[in-house]
Amino acid sequence: MAIGTSRKERIDSLAESSASETGVSLAASAWRRLRRNPVFLVGASIIGLFVLLALLAPVLAPHDPGVRMLADQVSRATNSIPPAQEGHPFGGDQHGRDLFSRVLLGSQQTLLVAVLATVIGLGGGLTLGTLAGAFGGWVDSLVMRIVDVMLSVPSLLLAVSIGALFSSQTQFTVILAVAIVQIPVFARLLRGTMLAQRESDHVLAARSLGVRQRSIVFRHMLPNALGPVIVQSTLVLAVAIIDAAALSFLGLGAADDSVPEWGQMLGNAQNVIDSHPHLAFWPAACIIVVALGFTLVGESLRDALDPKRRR
Amino acid sequence: MLRYTVRRLGQLMLVVLALSVLLFAWLRALPGGPVSALLGDRATPESEAALRADLGLDQPIFLQYWRFVARALTGDFGTSTGVQRGTPALDVFLQRFPATLELAVLAILIAIAVGIPLGYLAARRRGRLLDNLSITWSLVGIAVPVFFLAFLLKWIFAVQLGWLPASGRQTGGIDATRVTGFYVLDGLLTQEWDAALDAFVHLLLPAIALSTIPFAVIFRITRAAVLDVLDEDYVRTARSKGLAGAVIRRRHVLRNAMLPVVTTIGLQTGALLSGAVLTERVFNIPGLGQALALGFERKDFPVLQVVILASAMTYVLVNLLVDLSYAAIDPRIRTR
Amino acid sequence: MALLEVRDLSVVFQRKGEEPFAAVDGISFDVSPGQMVGLVGESGCGKSVTSLAIMGLLPQRGVRVEGTVEFEGKDLLRLSDRELADRRGRDLGMVFQDPLSSVNPVIPIGVQVSEVLERHEGLRRREAALRSAELLDRVGIPDPSRRLKEYPHQLSGGMRQRALIAMALACKPRLLIADEPTTALDVTIQAQILSLLSELVRDTGTALIMITHDLGVVAGMCDEVNVLYGGRIVERAGRHELFAEPRHPYTAGLLASIPRLDAPRGDRLTPIRGSVADNIPWAGGCAFAPRCPNAVDACVERSPEMTRDGERLLRCHNPVGRPAPSEEVPVQ
Repeated sequence: MAIGTSRKERIDSLAESSASETGVSLAASAWRRLRRNPVFLVGASIIGLFVLLALLAPVLAPHDPGVRMLADQVSRATNSIPPAQEGHPFGGDQHGRDLFSRVLLGSQQTLLVAVLATVIGLGGGLTLGTLAGAFGGWVDSLVMRIVDVMLSVPSLLLAVSIGALFSSQTQFTVILAVAIVQIPVFARLLRGTMLAQRESDHVLAARSLGVRQRSIVFRHMLPNALGPVIVQSTLVLAVAIIDAAALSFLGLGAADDSVPEWGQMLGNAQNVIDSHPHLAFWPAACIIVVALGFTLVGESLRDALDPKRRR
Repeated sequence: MLRYTVRRLGQLMLVVLALSVLLFAWLRALPGGPVSALLGDRATPESEAALRADLGLDQPIFLQYWRFVARALTGDFGTSTGVQRGTPALDVFLQRFPATLELAVLAILIAIAVGIPLGYLAARRRGRLLDNLSITWSLVGIAVPVFFLAFLLKWIFAVQLGWLPASGRQTGGIDATRVTGFYVLDGLLTQEWDAALDAFVHLLLPAIALSTIPFAVIFRITRAAVLDVLDEDYVRTARSKGLAGAVIRRRHVLRNAMLPVVTTIGLQTGALLSGAVLTERVFNIPGLGQALALGFERKDFPVLQVVILASAMTYVLVNLLVDLSYAAIDPRIRTR
Repeated sequence: MALLEVRDLSVVFQRKGEEPFAAVDGISFDVSPGQMVGLVGESGCGKSVTSLAIMGLLPQRGVRVEGTVEFEGKDLLRLSDRELADRRGRDLGMVFQDPLSSVNPVIPIGVQVSEVLERHEGLRRREAALRSAELLDRVGIPDPSRRLKEYPHQLSGGMRQRALIAMALACKPRLLIADEPTTALDVTIQAQILSLLSELVRDTGTALIMITHDLGVVAGMCDEVNVLYGGRIVERAGRHELFAEPRHPYTAGLLASIPRLDAPRGDRLTPIRGSVADNIPWAGGCAFAPRCPNAVDACVERSPEMTRDGERLLRCHNPVGRPAPSEEVPVQ
């Protein structure tokens, strides 16, 4: 009947508009607090700087990072690696490639690894968490047991076990291993906030008005549960970079290193770190600063979105 | 409390069961299948056929799983193919476990001993210099890759300054008696003080490197929890009674603030085991982490199997203990 | 001589980057020994802040407290933290609004009562526990020696509030401040707690400041009632005078919005229109003017002064009933 549906729609849109209104004002007030927060500003500047660097790297880099132009200065016998010299401010790496160009271009791969791993982990976690949080009951129990088991394996061991399933290591297997480790984290987080939403007044109100389950989940529960997930994603961007570096360090990084990535450069530098610490220093410094940038933004986002932390 | 314990033990069994299924599936999903994974390069046609029969690969999958569980229950996880060739995988694990446990325990002790007092002080001096410095420190601590920090510490304090040993668990010349495999504990038990001190000194740098992330987390949770509790109505009630500041802090603030911190400490077990893998490699400590790294390098899946299973079980067990001790502090759980 | 003399008490909250806000704006009142005084008003009128200021329980940062709060001739606002702590719990007791959040969840009830006795009367643990059991018995908690060992979550809301009263009255303070002590409780429990409170303060000769938004609570027990609006006292009178003849339109509005059994059927309740959000600052007139049915031009032109009419104080340009008394209250 027309009247019935139109009333339902009206109430639905009303509930929605009030929800989105509070959403907007929440976001707006969060943004006001963020703009004044020096922690956020420092973090955002760092990220902005490195994204810019990644975009401009092909222009800025003086040399091709894959070409062994200083190979004649490399000697395994005398353990020599090209030092800093005219045209090569950082010198060369173990294979005689220009270190400065590799560090510059490494920003591209490293940011790519971080973003892809986070997106994949987020996608998997959202799917599992939404399933568990939306339906509850046995679906919830099953999903959460799987998540518990995944969480009980220390993250690095889990990543390594996943890496071992591939007969050859590429950048993609690294990304996948790092991403899968984050799935249970996202799933658990989302499920928790969704469950809280399920019991909240606006969802009960929508349910009592006969709004369809699908519309409740996607219009009322999910949007309101996303805040903590966004915060977590920002933090995971940092974790992904560090985890990828750890995998490289354990020898599970991509076998092919013609396209530079900081974690891989750092991992590969371990054998020469005592004699040539600068090979590890530059990629490590970049990793630390970028990871710090993501962490600062994540932390300040968390503070801004959490009403309890407004102090 | 008893019912709570029983229920948590039940959950523990479920997780271990699920873990065994996962591990079983993992072994079968490895490149080359379980036989070549378990035999490594020692494989001969005869040994492959023998193992195939032993695993029951021609039988239905649930029977295979049952055999897997039965073997695991008797401690048979196969023979090491790369880390310590020919040694049963379980023995490899047992020999190396004490080194890792020793390192992890010292690291978490450092993290607790520094993190909780600093978190508490930072909360009380919110917004002042100490607070801002500690927050910065903890944020940087999270951003530094553990193994790079380990290298850095080793380079500064062992290589450049020579204050602390750079690798291993004990100086070669020391004549130490082995009892438990925990070197520091052994030294104390046998009253070989020089050996105990020497083992402890070897632990310091790796433990400090390993403690950074647990420290950062414990510090931040403590700070946030203390801030929350200071705002609670019952602290105002305590002040309205005229109680001395020290009594309010000890009895009313600290105790409540410790509740979330206790849970956090348990959850750090995973980070500790992950970090130990990296730290042990840098400091060349013959523990589980090194076994794991070597295991992957040399494709020693029998050893990996045990290490993964044991790490997960340690994590679950520690968290069970933490939950039980949580219940002991929080009457709302204990008396339910 | 009055037990408590509050003079020109102001509490200004000043947050970084925000306008300072006077939650309490020059309040004066007295409490004599054994007297029961009510502070009444809507939430946000400054009544709770007044009580916290007297107790010295306001946060230290971002708050400015002015005026004097003399207790037995000593200004509490000028005492050191240590001296004030010596008086809290011994001379001054306080009962809070929410009995669940106001007790520590992880400490047995008995310890929370005993700690006051140990602090102020120097009792040993055993003696304090005995006295605590007596106190719990006195506030009507059955089986007190067993309850001593129990935790707050094992008690009902009413029991917890009784325990809080026991803590506040443990050292027989001369002044008890009760801040909305029944708001969080069931209606049936409310009456029990109120009669317990008035019985206890009468027995011990304790003076009481009852803070509430509910005129019904005041009607049952207070000798004198102060009606607060926007951080100022707008009317003060004895209980009977106030209820018989409210003069301030706000007081009248509060009374008219209480349902009465003796009202004729079909009579509608008359709520006060608007909300505290409509207030205008006192500097430019009367804060209540935008919501006031009696508002005249003067109400938005100049701030009304406090005037005396016999025993009654009134801050209004156009009060209910008779015109405003002309005599202004001298500033003490």
